[in-house]
Amino acid sequence: MPINFSPSPDDLLRFSPEIILTVAGTLLMVLDPLFAKRFPKLFGHLAILALALATWGAVAANAVPGASFSDLLVVDGFATFFRVLVLAIGILSVLASYRYLGREEAETGEYHALLLFSVVGQCFMVAANDLIMIFIGLEISSIASYILAGYLRDDKRNNEAALKYFLLGSFATAFFLYGVALLYGVTATTKLDEIRTALNSPAAVSSFAMVAVAAALIFVGLGFKVSGAPFQVWAPDVYQGAPAPVSAFLATAPKAAAFAIFFRIFLTAFQQIAGGWEPLVWISALLSMTIGNFAALTQTNVKRLLAYSSVAHAGYILVALAAHSEIGTAAAMFYLAAYALMNIGAFAVVIHIAGKGERYLKIDDLAGLGKRQPGTAAMLTVFLLSLIGIPLTGGFFGKYYIFQAALQSNLVWLAVLGLLNSAVAAYYYLRLLVVMYFNEPGEGAETLEPLTPGLRAALILPAIGTFFLGVVPGFVLGFAQRSAALIR
Amino acid sequence: MDLFFFVLFATVAVLSAISVVVQRHPIASALSLVGVMASLAVLYLALGAEFVAMVQIIVYAGAVMVLFVFVIMLLNAGAEERRGRSLTAHLLGVPVLIAFLGLICYFVQREFANAGFMKFGNFTGGSAQSIGLALFTDYLLPFEITSVLILIAILGAIVLARKEMD
Repeated sequence: MPINFSPSPDDLLRFSPEIILTVAGTLLMVLDPLFAKRFPKLFGHLAILALALATWGAVAANAVPGASFSDLLVVDGFATFFRVLVLAIGILSVLASYRYLGREEAETGEYHALLLFSVVGQCFMVAANDLIMIFIGLEISSIASYILAGYLRDDKRNNEAALKYFLLGSFATAFFLYGVALLYGVTATTKLDEIRTALNSPAAVSSFAMVAVAAALIFVGLGFKVSGAPFQVWAPDVYQGAPAPVSAFLATAPKAAAFAIFFRIFLTAFQQIAGGWEPLVWISALLSMTIGNFAALTQTNVKRLLAYSSVAHAGYILVALAAHSEIGTAAAMFYLAAYALMNIGAFAVVIHIAGKGERYLKIDDLAGLGKRQPGTAAMLTVFLLSLIGIPLTGGFFGKYYIFQAALQSNLVWLAVLGLLNSAVAAYYYLRLLVVMYFNEPGEGAETLEPLTPGLRAALILPAIGTFFLGVVPGFVLGFAQRSAALIR
Repeated sequence: MDLFFFVLFATVAVLSAISVVVQRHPIASALSLVGVMASLAVLYLALGAEFVAMVQIIVYAGAVMVLFVFVIMLLNAGAEERRGRSLTAHLLGVPVLIAFLGLICYFVQREFANAGFMKFGNFTGGSAQSIGLALFTDYLLPFEITSVLILIAILGAIVLARKEMD
């Protein structure tokens, strides 16, 4: 039996972002011993170059949509949207890392190689059409993230974060895998579209209880990855303990990719039993929003506050999943883009003010920032206003579309409770603003160093993006709506 | 005969698995894990998955376990101390675990109530040849991509084990 091993040019193009990033990551590992002493910044530059090339590859792949490698990999608008999103997050994270790594004297090729490999996993899973592929992508992304969380090995908080993340993450992955195994037992396939076909057949009705168990287990696994309540306990500790640029990355890229497969699995494979999982997502969404927002109210550490806020934001996106409609999917895509921008921007400010060894992370350390560095303060204001959801920012339209989708799917109570939650959230974001502009800096406050070019870019680009999404939301939303129709 | 072997090795697997968790000495846990792996290998063989059964023995019961034992030896880990453990873990964890396992058993039982007992030799798709064919044709991409996973593991070991940052 002759077997054709060689992939066609189209196959390679559809797979090009992953190829580029893997080659670049390996290259960084090889270059590390040669250039670590002389050009410590080289690795960051190369990583940005690779990510930019991969973005180009992802966009080019969108011109030849379709399935490759025996239908395991599928390039559609949905995959392209999330590929470009995680690649953009990667670029912003590298930009935000320069100063931090320089300050901690920890510039290595390995850091950037791990970041690139993590992005490979995420690109891979958002374009996967098969549970095995999703699992491998999820593992690549997760294991690289665990190591990144403990990157500064001599820092106790890093160790704690990495260990907690690793143990709980592996536990969650086991749930996911158990669900996949049960699902394979019922449908005898791991391909998402074939699972849907199998579940649509009349013979499948008798096995819905089993499918429900499988769906619940997969829900637990993915719920952990997106830090939705009640699986959110790891998030505050990990985001607080990990190095700040890594926290910025962890709170956005793996989460966006996990949400992408969440939507893809639940809206294709489990579309048939939507009535069954909708209440589950409903409860999780409400819990995430409430726990995240109320816990954030009492925080004094800025990183921890942002961690709880990220739990709350996961809740808003779960509202869009509960709506299980095309509008809901498009709204979630838009929201994830807006959320990634404003969150990375906010973390970039944290990186800037933290100082060596992350000493200045109290909310009070922001005091007087409006006078000390008006530019940085203005940027943080933009991101905080977007996190609250003030008009003219991306955050406003994100929330608007999500609650609109919820209302159209008759989730009136969830929308009302979500809106009330946004009002609670406004309190702690505004508290940061008040401290920043109206409090005088304390006695011991050191003078802030000026913004470095990398951090400046990591502040300005997300700010521009936030305004872009807030003023002309139609561009991104239009693409999201066209792509959301595709995953059915 | 099939039923006898199944019940025997399934029981050994479950008991060894429980033993892994409740043993206090890491070496005892590791040896119990060998018991789990070996009895699982027999179950795979009974299902006709001969290749997976062999890999289970060579990789899991062999290579992985040797690694575990070496790590335990290098860390010089003694019997763990039982310190005040959380009440919630006992009051909530144990019943929830039992409920979870019971539920899974119930659904599997209900789902496959009419499925006949698997006779040894009924299924022949588990040979090295058929797995090799599947791995290098349909599942070539995941197979190749797994190498990235292994690369990350090596990279992670380097990052976490290096002497100091400079």
